[in-house]
Amino acid sequence: MDESGIGIWGVPLAILAGAIRVSTPFIFVSLGETITERSGRINLGLEGTLVFGAMTAYAVAVMSGSAWLGVLAAMGTGAVFGLVHGWICKWPKVNDIAIGIAMMQFGLGMAFFLGKPFIKPVAPHLPSIPLGGWSSLPQVQAALNINVLFLIGALLAVALWWAFKNTRVGLILRVVGDSTDAARAMGIDPDRIRLLATAAGGSLAAVGGAYLSLYYPGSWNEGISSGQGLMAVALVIFARWNPIGCFLAALLFGGAGALGPALQSVGVTQGYYLFYAAPYVLTLAILIATSSPTRSLAGAPGALSVTK
Amino acid sequence: MTVEANTSAIGMASEPSSAFRPILEWVARRAEPVAISFGAILIGLALFSVFIVVIGKSPITLFQLMYTGGFGSWFSIQNSLSRAAPLLLTALCVALPARLGLVIIGGEGAVVLGGVAAAAVALPFVGTLPALLVLLVMAAAAMIVGGIWIGLAGFLRHYRGVNETISSLLLAYIAIALMNQFVEGPLRDPASLNKPSTAPLPADYMLGKIPGMDVHWGLAIGIVACIVSWVLIEVTSYGFAARIAGGNVRAAQIQGLPVGRLIVGFTAIAGSFAGLAGMIEVAAVQGSANASLAAGYGYTGILVAFLARHNPLAIIPVAILLGGIDASGGLIQRRMGLPDATVLVLQGTLFVVILLFETFYGRFKIFNPDLWKRNP
Repeated sequence: MDESGIGIWGVPLAILAGAIRVSTPFIFVSLGETITERSGRINLGLEGTLVFGAMTAYAVAVMSGSAWLGVLAAMGTGAVFGLVHGWICKWPKVNDIAIGIAMMQFGLGMAFFLGKPFIKPVAPHLPSIPLGGWSSLPQVQAALNINVLFLIGALLAVALWWAFKNTRVGLILRVVGDSTDAARAMGIDPDRIRLLATAAGGSLAAVGGAYLSLYYPGSWNEGISSGQGLMAVALVIFARWNPIGCFLAALLFGGAGALGPALQSVGVTQGYYLFYAAPYVLTLAILIATSSPTRSLAGAPGALSVTK
Repeated sequence: MTVEANTSAIGMASEPSSAFRPILEWVARRAEPVAISFGAILIGLALFSVFIVVIGKSPITLFQLMYTGGFGSWFSIQNSLSRAAPLLLTALCVALPARLGLVIIGGEGAVVLGGVAAAAVALPFVGTLPALLVLLVMAAAAMIVGGIWIGLAGFLRHYRGVNETISSLLLAYIAIALMNQFVEGPLRDPASLNKPSTAPLPADYMLGKIPGMDVHWGLAIGIVACIVSWVLIEVTSYGFAARIAGGNVRAAQIQGLPVGRLIVGFTAIAGSFAGLAGMIEVAAVQGSANASLAAGYGYTGILVAFLARHNPLAIIPVAILLGGIDASGGLIQRRMGLPDATVLVLQGTLFVVILLFETFYGRFKIFNPDLWKRNP
């Protein structure tokens, strides 16, 4: 069966498939950023962490022959990036937004520098589960060929949502994020919690990168991320620091990103490049619609610099 | 460290005669940013050297090549100056809003759209108007478009409470998509096959070189823009009001300062400078608008502005320094077999360390002017 077999239905199907395929890095980076921001710190450097994670995962997968080892290695380097960011930000007078931009440049530079030898070799890919086996349509089969990391991301979103609400760690994180003084009064060291939260955020962002290089698009090169790490920061605001919201927002972003290629596949080529801007326009529109000059955003951690 | 610096400083303070006190006071006030910045650069270079040693190369050779490639000959100095030109303008795009406490990181968007606007308005006039007039029209169009683009981030910040860092970044991605649409679509020159571009600007309509140098006029424009910005911030009441609003918005509002207009005005001026960088890139380097406009000048400009501590005059030497590092990249690549990203690693390392060193401001008592005022 060819493309015309399902005609115009190919568009929503392609958007769904695209949403599932493209959203995974957004899920991981935004969940990581949610943990970090809930602790009251913002890490704009996740773009660099994501790209460095993508490079590490690819390099380790090439050398070891195991994609999962690559993911683990990426998590390790992501945690290191997070620790560096967290350690620097604990010093007085250091601006965490500016450090994020600097760490992003550093991460990109290191990834491009160390990743040069790995542009050519082919790494093993991460496995996916063919959930579309029931259908005879190849498009449906392709759309429902779901990567394991996507499922892990979905489960992680639910687990984090539950953990924020119901666990001691979740409560500590929320207290630190809302008021540094209240945390100190409770005998919690805010700097340490933020350091750990930033490290956790970094390791999740690096998993998002590993997905990019080991599954989709599935190779390592210097243009692998088109700002997914940065978009995730906006996405967290959009999702109101709620992990399940992050998952749904990531799907929405993925779908918006898949709009252009989907329309092109059915012959709509007008304004093709503008569709690339769809996720960014969508984010900006939602930020404008939900922000207010007089009150801080609902659900925002009180100690977070980006919402003040 | 601080305690020792303190005691030794007091010891020294009692020696000089009172005639020198005002000079010492002045030096103490000025020396802090210089000393801390140099300390940061030294530590950054040391860390980068460790990295180079770990890779198995010689940092001494690398720094020598960097000097040769950036500033070692008249040819390389001119090359560095040419690369510094857009950085001067994109750094201003970060430095001016920073006076109001805003972190704008989307200058790249204004560069890109400024370049497209310049190319779009130039083409109908080529051949009918004199070159200088066409160039002025191009500059005006680029500045207006760039100003609107970044001014929008300022507008959203003040009137909608949207974080300017994120909105300016989103606007940069939107700008790049818009540029691709224009360059691939309505403005595309059919003759440009592999690299979609607008129709090329005739050679006699290009921005020429500064007489006696192999550097285009963009450098002079950038330096003038830095000086104008310095005057704007340090001399005019408008700049003074901006500094008050940057320090404390509520105090500024109580004083009756038009905070909203200041924010939109400063971001718009900042954006118009970045737009001008796009026009210069089109009119002096590329000759047409194409995807090369998104070369990352907007992002390097962030680094320049932070290194210069958002001081427009300090931007001039920092931009030339970074232009030189940039220019030496090719030489390092050829002679040492290192990837072109070496320069990026160095920039990133310096950037991180310099921001970390912000924490040392006010910690060393030796830089406190009051110390030098006190009578023994």
